[in-house]
Amino acid sequence: SSREHKLNFKKSKEVCLNYIQDAMLQKQWKRAAEFLTFYIESLEKDFSTEYMGPSEMIWRIGTEILCHHSHSSMKEFNSFIEQMKTLGVKRYLKVCLEHAFHLLCNGLVDEAYQNLSLAESWRFGEQTVIQDKEMKLIQAYRGLLDYYSWSKQKNVLLEHGHDGFEDLSVEQEMHSCFRKAAVNLKEIIKIPGVWDLFVKCYVDLLEFYGDHNEARQVLNEYAYNSKFPANPNAHVYLYQFLKRHGESKKSLISALKILHDIVPSHELMIDFNTMLQKSKKRKKRRLGLEVIFAALDYAGWKENVKAWNCLARQVKQIVISEKHLDWIKQEWNSRKDWWPAFHFSRYLAKRNWQENESLSYEKALVAGILLGKDCKYFKYISHQGCKAQVKRFRILKKFVNKHNPVYLRISS
Amino acid sequence: QSWPAYEEVYNKMLELAAFLDLPRFPDITDSCFLHPDMLCMKYLMEANLPDELHNWTCRVVKKICIGEVDFLTLMPGNKSTRKVKYDVLAVAVIVVVLKLLFLLDDHYEWLLSDFAEERNKNNKEGGPYFEFKKWYKVIKCSLDVEQKKLDEERAKYLWRCEKPLFYSAQKKSKVLKRRQIVVNLQNQFGKLSGSVRPAEKPNPSSFQLSWSEENTDGSCFHGHSLKGILQEKCGLLTAMNPDYWLCTVKLCTEKLCGHLAHYREVDFPQSYHFVLRLFSFLLRIQPSYIHDEVCVIEHKLFNKKLCKKPKYNIGLRK
Repeated sequence: SSREHKLNFKKSKEVCLNYIQDAMLQKQWKRAAEFLTFYIESLEKDFSTEYMGPSEMIWRIGTEILCHHSHSSMKEFNSFIEQMKTLGVKRYLKVCLEHAFHLLCNGLVDEAYQNLSLAESWRFGEQTVIQDKEMKLIQAYRGLLDYYSWSKQKNVLLEHGHDGFEDLSVEQEMHSCFRKAAVNLKEIIKIPGVWDLFVKCYVDLLEFYGDHNEARQVLNEYAYNSKFPANPNAHVYLYQFLKRHGESKKSLISALKILHDIVPSHELMIDFNTMLQKSKKRKKRRLGLEVIFAALDYAGWKENVKAWNCLARQVKQIVISEKHLDWIKQEWNSRKDWWPAFHFSRYLAKRNWQENESLSYEKALVAGILLGKDCKYFKYISHQGCKAQVKRFRILKKFVNKHNPVYLRISS
Repeated sequence: QSWPAYEEVYNKMLELAAFLDLPRFPDITDSCFLHPDMLCMKYLMEANLPDELHNWTCRVVKKICIGEVDFLTLMPGNKSTRKVKYDVLAVAVIVVVLKLLFLLDDHYEWLLSDFAEERNKNNKEGGPYFEFKKWYKVIKCSLDVEQKKLDEERAKYLWRCEKPLFYSAQKKSKVLKRRQIVVNLQNQFGKLSGSVRPAEKPNPSSFQLSWSEENTDGSCFHGHSLKGILQEKCGLLTAMNPDYWLCTVKLCTEKLCGHLAHYREVDFPQSYHFVLRLFSFLLRIQPSYIHDEVCVIEHKLFNKKLCKKPKYNIGLRK
């Protein structure tokens, strides 16, 4: 029908928007700017039924263009953003926040701080209540910048030591920054969410002023409060804190246990296994074996000498003691179908030997126990090692040959 | 908020003429610009088709009596006669002629073109024979370029008026403030648009596509001869193509659905669609309008055959 093809305002602007989008995707900023000038008049029409109105479009598109266009400057960007702020009161705080981010990305920390402070003092009837989340974020980021100043001042003081009165004012400023930062950071981390950076900074502040209890509580909340989204980093921070303060192995282990459950491939699994191996409790040692096997399931660990060393050590210890071979059997059961091709192929044997002798040593030990002395990997490595007359390989060969029956028991 | 469609304007024009009780308009004779023979010449030129086709269009016009004064001249208020859309009529005649000579069923026109190409190799005297394939390539290229330009222009179209409108005193300040922001933003991004091309002086001629025989690249087909696709029979040159297909076997009743025929691109050969697309671009109307007119002309042209044997299917022999 003729109506479908009629060129009307809405369709014309839609088409214009398509041209803008195409130009942006092809990084043709001049062309995008050109079409944007024709789109801008949409601001004068009513689009209240649209999901995303022209003012938001123009804000987002204009920001992109000004970020990338060769002739654009910070001054131009700032003036553009100020206009955007006046366009939509419902988006005011969001625009302020993103403006601050942009300034920070360009290294303009002071301007960002000013913007955030200004935004903090904004009041607009019930909009202030509706935009509460953005306000909290603005306060949090301002708090972050306060932390940043505090940190700078702290470093200045630490470098120069406490000599002279000039330091007194710096010190006072530092404390005031601390107070401002602490208030805002504490507020934001109460809300369930992912606040890694804020938590780290807040804990840093608390530790400096000796409030370890508060710090521990904050970290516990962040890691264990079920309202917060599951976040491996929370457990890492807690673990690092506990370690710093010399907490018991028990608490360290319980912190890392959850990390193992969430992210079995985490880099701290080596520390975890090392702790568990040394434990006197059987359950812990058993867990240690599980942890190291699980980590090595991941491709990123394939060439990690330390990880293989952990596994090799534990496997060797179990074999020598002749106790708990069933542990190895249990772990190997689900892996015997795919680990040989994944870790112990002939190709990998050649490569590992060429690139990293220590890696091949550790792996050969594990392969020899799990797959027997006749497996491709062990045969190749031990042959090469003995040929090169490296002592430990001769010892390895003897060891594996001696304990070959173990392999038979595991694989049955 | 929108550009009015051709049909709307046309109908309003008729209503207005009737309302104003206008008398019969000045006669349209064969020396008038609006006469199909004249308009066919114009569009043949613009479509870069051989001048020789004009003989054929005149023959069709004569045969179906659409060159008559009484048929062409507008009589406002007279509801019994179908109103003539001069340009649409002219291009529809051209389309029919193309169908007569080239069939346009996505097979024959290409075969014929190859045949003409062969004959062209031995053609030493006079101008080259017209080859459909060559024409298609040239036109498609130009059409795509022009269409792209038109699409971009439409995307850049500015709708707002010079003075902002507002309906209440309260809104005034808000509207003016908005206008100020719009102007500022347009300036800001206008500067970033790169070199602004100075507004080209609009071409006074009404031709959108122009072809010159002075071009050495052989892209002008006006002087090409149709001999390559015609054959001699009884001393006369007739088309080699013996077939014809009707666009529609039966015309719709205009009163019921507003159209005489319904055009869907997928139902018709690509070549036919291409030809419609070309003329619909030149006239800035939807292809379906031209298609309607083509159907009417065909029904007039083959009227006798249709009346005799109403059970004819597509693929009527001439």
